[in-house]
Amino acid sequence: MAAVFSPRANVIATVCMIGVAGFIAGGCIWWFAWPRSDYVRRVGWTIQQPVPFSHQHHVSGLGIDCRFCHSSVEHSAQASLPPTFTCMTCHSQIWTNADMLSAVRNSLTSNTPLVWARVTDVPDYVYFNHSIHVAKGVGCESCHGNVAAMPLTYKAKTLTMRFCLDCHRDPGLQLRPVASIYDTDWHRNRTTPSAAELMRQYHVGARNLTECSICHR
Amino acid sequence: MNVSAAGLLLAVLLLAGGCDDMTQQKKENPYASSETAPATVPDSVVEFQDSDHPPPALTLTLLQRGQSEFHAFCSPCHAETGNGHGMVVQRGFPAPEPLTDPDLMTASPRHLYDVLTDGKGIMYGFAQRISPEDRWAIVAYMRALQLSQHATLASLTPEQQAMP
Repeated sequence: MAAVFSPRANVIATVCMIGVAGFIAGGCIWWFAWPRSDYVRRVGWTIQQPVPFSHQHHVSGLGIDCRFCHSSVEHSAQASLPPTFTCMTCHSQIWTNADMLSAVRNSLTSNTPLVWARVTDVPDYVYFNHSIHVAKGVGCESCHGNVAAMPLTYKAKTLTMRFCLDCHRDPGLQLRPVASIYDTDWHRNRTTPSAAELMRQYHVGARNLTECSICHR
Repeated sequence: MNVSAAGLLLAVLLLAGGCDDMTQQKKENPYASSETAPATVPDSVVEFQDSDHPPPALTLTLLQRGQSEFHAFCSPCHAETGNGHGMVVQRGFPAPEPLTDPDLMTASPRHLYDVLTDGKGIMYGFAQRISPEDRWAIVAYMRALQLSQHATLASLTPEQQAMP
């Protein structure tokens, strides 16, 4: 009686087993890792805007504070994008003939708002409120990165649920003194109050910040 | 056979339901138009902007708030010292008068508040950007800036004079 398996069967079996293992591993990567990758999360991607606005020039170069344009950040859920009126506070007098700013001038004369593209977005089932984060000592940089170093604005952090929870589980080290909230390149130093002291100052910690309804409501 | 096919179809449909990750959800904004708004505004109601905002009590907290707001909104042109040579002025914006100008030293707080609210000359108004309490805080801080540049040793308390 001839052998049931020919010598080739060894190779075929090995290839099949490797294939199945690869398929499972690939499937896991495709299912779990790929959607969470920086590529899919658009981290570091600049976005086409109606005007090529440079945060680097306005924040680093001129020293303009975040609140000058995002003026509702302390009072509202939205930090808000500036109306054309805010741009014209300065650009009614300087760079009045610049080609780059023609869209801003058109917006003013035609009384239609500039439509900026959103750079940092969270899913619609997430409730995010800027004012409470700013009031409790979370700096802009913690989620938006060092905006002052961005010639064109891009999303700096993945903003996955893990990103939010890492801080909600242990907020202390992400908190900073009031004077440094809008500092775009802040680092803890010897004079910075300890994490526990900042938690006490801002009255953070009494509530469980990982409850579902904190973010999903 | 038909039962199993129907069962398979149902299972596929249920699975397909999971494909919507709900990151984009259309929401109705009831205030978007007067037709969907919950109620019409009575005539007696004035806009927050037009209501009276009396000056708050002068406290250290108010001055610190004023310093922070002055830095954010005023210092690009007026500079941190109020001398009118802020960074935007250095880049070509017409220079404003220094805050220690005699007219401004004697101006009433209400006048400074009104200029902040409505603007003056080429300065735009900041009513939309700075809340009324914060505008008063800036006025208080401007007064402190003015005082700081005309302070004499005699105007300090003995404790302050004794400080190194």
